[in-house]
Amino acid sequence: MYTLENVTKTYRQKERTIHALKDVSLTIPTGQLVAIQGPTGGGKSTLLQMLGALDRPTSGRISLGEADLSGMPDAKLGRIRATEIGFVFQGFNLIPTLTAQENVETALEPLGVPAEERRRRATEALVSVGLGDRAHHVPSELSGGQQQRVAIARALVKEPDVLLADEPTGNLDEQTRDEIMALLEGLHRDRGLTLVIVTHDSAVARRAERRLHLKHGTVTERA
Amino acid sequence: MFFTYLRRELAGRRRQTAIIAVGMALAIALVMIVNSVSAGVRDAQAAVLESVYGVGTDLTVSQASGPPEGGEEGGPGVRFEFGTEDGETTDDGTTLSNSRLTVDRGTSTFDASVLDTVEAVDGVSAASATLSLTNVTFDGELPEPPTDQSSGDQAAAGDGTMPAPGEGGGGGFGGGAFDVTSVTVTGVDPAAEAIGPLSAVELADGRGLDSGDTGEYVVVLDAEYATTEGVAVGDTIDLGGTEFEVVGTVTSTSADAATASNAYIPLDVAQELSGMDGQISDISVQAASASDIPAVKADLEEALPDQTVSTQEDLAASVSGSLGSASSLISSLGLWLSVAVLAAAFLIAILFTIQGVTRRTREFGTLKAIGWSNRRITGQVAGESLVQGLIGGAAGLALGFIGIAVINAISPSLATTSSSAMAAGPGGEGGMAGGFGGGPMAAAQETTEVVLNAPVTLGVVALAVGLAVVGGLLAGAIGGWRASKLRPAEALRSVA
Ligand SMILES: Nc1ncnc2c1ncn2[C@@H]1O[C@H](COP(=O)(O)OP(=O)(O)O)[C@@H](O)[C@H]1O
Ligand SMILES: [Mg+2]
Repeated sequence: MYTLENVTKTYRQKERTIHALKDVSLTIPTGQLVAIQGPTGGGKSTLLQMLGALDRPTSGRISLGEADLSGMPDAKLGRIRATEIGFVFQGFNLIPTLTAQENVETALEPLGVPAEERRRRATEALVSVGLGDRAHHVPSELSGGQQQRVAIARALVKEPDVLLADEPTGNLDEQTRDEIMALLEGLHRDRGLTLVIVTHDSAVARRAERRLHLKHGTVTERA
Repeated sequence: MFFTYLRRELAGRRRQTAIIAVGMALAIALVMIVNSVSAGVRDAQAAVLESVYGVGTDLTVSQASGPPEGGEEGGPGVRFEFGTEDGETTDDGTTLSNSRLTVDRGTSTFDASVLDTVEAVDGVSAASATLSLTNVTFDGELPEPPTDQSSGDQAAAGDGTMPAPGEGGGGGFGGGAFDVTSVTVTGVDPAAEAIGPLSAVELADGRGLDSGDTGEYVVVLDAEYATTEGVAVGDTIDLGGTEFEVVGTVTSTSADAATASNAYIPLDVAQELSGMDGQISDISVQAASASDIPAVKADLEEALPDQTVSTQEDLAASVSGSLGSASSLISSLGLWLSVAVLAAAFLIAILFTIQGVTRRTREFGTLKAIGWSNRRITGQVAGESLVQGLIGGAAGLALGFIGIAVINAISPSLATTSSSAMAAGPGGEGGMAGGFGGGPMAAAQETTEVVLNAPVTLGVVALAVGLAVVGGLLAGAIGGWRASKLRPAEALRSVA
């Protein structure tokens, strides 16, 4: 469960101060599927960074379960990311020189999983996203949808509590978009993951339990 | 994972790997070659010095300038004084032959008692005196003298005085056939074996000089000279008008250099025949320990205000000729060139590594976002750079070996003119050439040919590998530091 209390995030750019998040307070219960919508520059990615322990808020408090993400040193935040949070990015963010299998294994590297077990779990994760036969291909040999499946396998191989996806279908065609969304929704349903998806797709958003709208750094709930 | 990722990166980004490795390889090969050649030049210098001063000589005492303390006046050049018995007059002119043993031009002699002073100095473990001489033989036929004197008898019977070589005034004797041969002769203490010129030679035939030879007319010849002259052990040769028995021949211990002198005779005999009683030209000094050398030098200089005291280092500076040029070329140009190329290679490695990290901003951000620590990522970048450096190092090592092998295959030979007190200065030859108008002449060259041999030492290999590691780690440290500064949020940066 996430708890955010008066979270603000400001970026300094030369003379200008950008208020990416303004006084955001909300809770996200464990296992909820939340869709975040809003215009570009509204602060969606910034909010996802706070949830994902990638950065600390400028002020306010944010906690994931017992862990206070706003008051933790970098190394501890890294630990939280390694164990509890899975990320899926708009641009897939696979390591271009590594095979699908190896890309999935990178998520287990910081956990110190022995090589044998790492290989087995990565293979299982790839099979679960329907890519068992593409394990030894590098990203450039895979389609966009397949690459995003590898990224999803990488996010869930560590069996996280939370899955955060920033416009995961933004780079995909309509057909593939639905496949990826179906996959993510299935994972949420089957594994009880807390799933936060930033999306421009209203059809996707409508299927979510909860919809948040972010504009000028301010969150509003949508029915 | 570390090695898989490393391997995939290097294989997947071949161009970057190749550029960094090639830069490192060229630089390392150059450093190896320069290092090896300069070691070769140093060896050659040492060989030349050794042949002149002997093994184990730490210091030498000589008197390069200033008036000699006694004996014959040290006027320039050699004077031939032909007595009646030397000439034989025919219809065409006069045939003359004369052999004189004199102190080298440009060499000053000093009293032998200096040796006692040297031996009394603290820290001197051994000292031995030598007298450097030149035996000049004049063989020739004088044409009708270009004077008004009509009587051929007069020219033959009277004391004709030839202009000394180097005086440059002898323009008048066109058409005669002269042969001037000069042979370097060193008077050595026959009892001294451990130090002095004969300590750097190897017996080729017969025996060396020993304490029993004092006062004897015996000579040890440089083997090469003996071959040229066609003399062997048991034969006799003429030096300064006296018959000497050849008791042995010697070769230089350093394969590439000739011995310092053509002939070695007992010191007292040398002094007697050159009229230099009680005079010496050089003292070879051995210090009790290498660390004492500066102190011994200072003490010697204080005790001997009139003489020059030189260490091996001072002497190395006196080795001139193409060997000297090679040495200064290597130490100046070679050093700077290799430093510059090495710096360029390091810079290329660093810049390309930084560029690589910048290009992979999103990649490293993503790895941080999924929990990789800064240390782990820095290590990955450093590992990549180190391996790139090592690939360059291996290629450089191979390239360096090839370069050194090529140099050794060509084995350039370097001429060296030792302008030290023992060998005649370069002026000696120049002066001779100027003097005579017509006749063919042969003057002994004071130059030594040394074949340059570039050695491949373990040190050179270690240097190459060390540089590869240093270059790789330097680029890796800087690149890794840049990577560790990246924020994990970079992973979310939009693709466009
Ligand atoms: N690292 C940063 N430095 C400066 N400004 C930033 C940075 N990240 C985001 N911003 C700014 O913060 C605001 C919110 O950005 P973002 O959260 O990416 O919006 P969204 O994802 O909704 O498009 C924007 O105005 C953006 O320009
Ligand atoms: Mg965004």
